[in-house]
Amino acid sequence: MVGELTWSRRIVGLWIPLAALFIFTLFPFAWMAATSLKGNEELYDPTSNPLWIRHPSLEHYIGLLKESNFLVWIGNTMLVATVSTVISLLLGVMLAYPLARMRFPGAGLLAISVAIAYLVPQTLLFVPMADLINRMNLGDTLSAVMLTYPTLLVPFCAWLLMGYFKTVPRELEEAALIDGASRWRAMTQVILPLCTPGFLSAGIFAFTLAQNEFLYALLFLNTSSIRTVPVGITGELIRGDAFYWGQLMAAALLGSLPVALIYSFFVKYYVAGLTAGSVKG
Amino acid sequence: MSVNRVLDAARPGVRAAVAGRLRWPRAWLERETVFSWLMLTPPLLFLVAFLGYPFCYGVYLSFVNRPVARPATFVGLGNFVNLWYDPIFWQAVWNTFRFTTAATVLKLAGGLGMALVMHQHFRLKGLTRALLLLPFIVPTVLSTVAWQWILDPGMGLFNRLLTYFHLADRGPSWLGNPTMAMVSVILVNTWRGLPFFGITILAGLQTIPAELHESATIDGAGTWQRFRHVTLPLLMPVIFIVTTFSIIFTFFDFQLVYVLTGGGPANSTHLMATYAYAVSMGGGQLGLGSAVALAMVPVLGVVLLLMSLYVRRD
Repeated sequence: MVGELTWSRRIVGLWIPLAALFIFTLFPFAWMAATSLKGNEELYDPTSNPLWIRHPSLEHYIGLLKESNFLVWIGNTMLVATVSTVISLLLGVMLAYPLARMRFPGAGLLAISVAIAYLVPQTLLFVPMADLINRMNLGDTLSAVMLTYPTLLVPFCAWLLMGYFKTVPRELEEAALIDGASRWRAMTQVILPLCTPGFLSAGIFAFTLAQNEFLYALLFLNTSSIRTVPVGITGELIRGDAFYWGQLMAAALLGSLPVALIYSFFVKYYVAGLTAGSVKG
Repeated sequence: MSVNRVLDAARPGVRAAVAGRLRWPRAWLERETVFSWLMLTPPLLFLVAFLGYPFCYGVYLSFVNRPVARPATFVGLGNFVNLWYDPIFWQAVWNTFRFTTAATVLKLAGGLGMALVMHQHFRLKGLTRALLLLPFIVPTVLSTVAWQWILDPGMGLFNRLLTYFHLADRGPSWLGNPTMAMVSVILVNTWRGLPFFGITILAGLQTIPAELHESATIDGAGTWQRFRHVTLPLLMPVIFIVTTFSIIFTFFDFQLVYVLTGGGPANSTHLMATYAYAVSMGGGQLGLGSAVALAMVPVLGVVLLLMSLYVRRD
């Protein structure tokens, strides 16, 4: 297609910028790994090469798992992310299906409201939300975040699923209706199974967002044993001015691992979800 | 096309055939409007209760004086008047603007570059894309803690490298002085958000038909001209949407600054979001904190309005 590309142009136009991008995006992870694998003596030795590990050691990992509730936080994070993703997908389908496939008065207005709801950031809501959760006596429980995370995720899931639902031809539904299926059966047995990629995209995206959430977790989770990874790490591993960098980096790396693993299996769907809104319009 | 038209014409017939067979409760349930609203009611109730109501309650809170664990007293616009005379509030507003503008420009420029680099043929492209997107996947708090360690004045990576290669006796205090702290906060936000721009713009690039470039080349257009007159105009819709999204999420950012600097030193990196948190949770002034949060709405509205006007003018 572009025939005159020589090797030197390919190096300047592709490999050098690509290498720079790799270094820029990935060096913090390398630094996390290097820090977490060094013993304290080497870690805080100003004369040592910061990028090299002379004596690999797992002391920080062992210390992290022994001295903190890290595994409990991982479990909490997984539980909260799973529950809020399931709730969000269910409510998202109930919202998206009629909006994408049915004609009824008020549909246009509702679709716009969903888009606006997606853009309302939690920064705007956290003060009243904290007051509300406390008045409902849900402060310091995992239910508080399981209930509030879907407020961020439902509009997003609905918005993404609407796009997928619209791609299924109306005739399929009508054929099912003529064959005697109810609307409910046409939906659950004909249309929804065709939209599996949409569910995967919305689900994986919602899951990573829920793992990433910090503000509500910071507000609502005070007891160590019910904390999620982000609040656990910032709240308990950073003790006053003394930082335990080795343990902190071990925790940051281990805490990122579940998301990164799940993401690596579903990368295609994640990217589809990421770009759906902006490219499909 | 014609098949669709026939089916469209048949649609009332479909409805009649379906409705004709059924008796009252089923026939009623099968009506589009009824079915739709039955489906919509649970999620809408949820969103009204946990999104709509808190928002209205927040508006109410901004008009009252409400210390934690004490009843509210109505103060009218008192909270907003207090903010008007609060230098830290204005500092936070100014910081939010600087932060959002600088980070968005950097992410857009870098993301466009990343997309153009990635839009070439090379091996392991899927893997490359997956790896470059990692900063966006990893929980923000965790990567921000890592950045805090990278930027640590004494033993952090940056200053260790500077001293190890004898580029400086002692590196700068990345988070310790107002200017550097703002630069650092912008840098970390850019690091995290750049892949989002890159991958989304790349997806936009891939929708541009290759024939357009070929015919432009035949007409004698060089690389820059093809970029300026073919690629860029066709990318504008994608760029506009990504940028708008990013502005909103950067403008309301909380966790990055809260973890990296806590708003300091001397409020130099406080954003409106972190200041709202400091006032309401740190200072216990729920009403005043609500007012700070609400003050973001018109500011953001103006930004988005100006942007859409600017785009329409083109």
